[in-house]
Amino acid sequence: MSYRIVVDFDLCESNAICMQVAPEVFEVRDDDFLYILDETPGEDQRAKVDEAVQRCPKQAISVAED
Amino acid sequence: MRSVTIVGASLAGMRAAETLRREGFDGTVTVVGDETDTPYDRPPLSKQVLAGEWEPERIALYDSEALADLSLTWRLGALAVGFEAASRTVTLVDGERLVADGVVIATGARTRTLRGTEDLAGVYTLRTLDDSLAIRREFDGTPGRVVVVGAGFIGAEVAATARGRGLDVTMVEMAETPLERVLGAEMGQVCAEVHADQGVDLRLGVGVAEITGSDRVEQVVLSDGTRLDADVVVVGVGVIPNTEWLEGSGLHVDNGVVCDETCLAAPGVVAAGDVARWPNRLFGQSMRVEHWDNAIEQGMAAAKRLLAGEAAEPFAPVPWFWSDQYDRKIQLAGRSGPDDEVVVVTGSLEERRFAAIYGRAGRIVAVLGFNRPRNVMQYRHLIAAGASWGEALEFARSQD
Repeated sequence: MSYRIVVDFDLCESNAICMQVAPEVFEVRDDDFLYILDETPGEDQRAKVDEAVQRCPKQAISVAED
Repeated sequence: MRSVTIVGASLAGMRAAETLRREGFDGTVTVVGDETDTPYDRPPLSKQVLAGEWEPERIALYDSEALADLSLTWRLGALAVGFEAASRTVTLVDGERLVADGVVIATGARTRTLRGTEDLAGVYTLRTLDDSLAIRREFDGTPGRVVVVGAGFIGAEVAATARGRGLDVTMVEMAETPLERVLGAEMGQVCAEVHADQGVDLRLGVGVAEITGSDRVEQVVLSDGTRLDADVVVVGVGVIPNTEWLEGSGLHVDNGVVCDETCLAAPGVVAAGDVARWPNRLFGQSMRVEHWDNAIEQGMAAAKRLLAGEAAEPFAPVPWFWSDQYDRKIQLAGRSGPDDEVVVVTGSLEERRFAAIYGRAGRIVAVLGFNRPRNVMQYRHLIAAGASWGEALEFARSQD
């Protein structure tokens, strides 16, 4: 089973907590916008992604199970 | 462990509840909360809710389905009035006694008020959803003059939101520079200028002597004798941890519930969030942190601590928070102080878009960002790794 990262960019305020928790998946660049580096990361990233979902101050990140 | 009582139904308590379930705990979890609203998120109370942009439904911490999935036993609108640590017995105001194998203390903090103003209409503090909605109703009536007492982060956000609604705002601050004790004079000055730019009438280095009015506020009298006309007053002068109910409990209380490095306050008793004091190994100091992110992280850590027994790890995070004021996102990670060395590592103070790092005793101890979230997280990472001041400056040079 795989999963996919979904970010609600209307909610995202680029707090960059996700980048701190899962830098392989999320990057806030110098333009202050969030970029998803890997929309379908592997299971090895799953714990970090779940924590990023939990810790997002705007609850802008979710995971879709495919 | 078969049963856990969580006292406090806000962010720290709820994250503890969620973590217990996530870690596979299938015993009884009872959540006690003194407010009647189901758990909600507080940061929007001084921003989107106060601005009138969001309705209360939008700040619920969980939708009803997610809440049901946690299978919690609720005691909402129930104040805890007593505790015995040895038997882990929580006593509620109606006399009910809850006995459990584990207890999470997450009773948070309440706002400090100005003595003598409690019964005066039009004077508010801001902590709860009810507070936010009451101030919002005042703002809806387009009052002539809003006076904010205290230029800390809550006061600053209320001032920014009020200005955003086109209201006249005067902000009164006892210190010569806002946030000087936290950010130092230079960075505090930048915060002051942001408000001045936006038309806030700042009165610095002056206290409040008295708030007058017969049944409703009329004037704020300052310690230098100035009388400010006021239709609404919002007081943001800090919070007090809610520990009175722990008197005689056997727990050590000293400006918060005193815990060990792992958030343990007594056998089977942990604390998290605004109410918890613990020695943070990373900074070599005892701290009590009133940040949103810490409520999450410590709530999770405390729940794991209960389940872990002796195998628990120290809780040693880099505290972090953000504050949105006007179009600025201010973020601070770490523990800054007024005597730290401060170096701007990117951007400029003039543009109000920059990151500055704080050094003390050869270490990087904090990073402050104005609209620089990426840099704040980079330096937060260095702080977490225990980087030296030299290494932090070296990193800054490598980014040019």
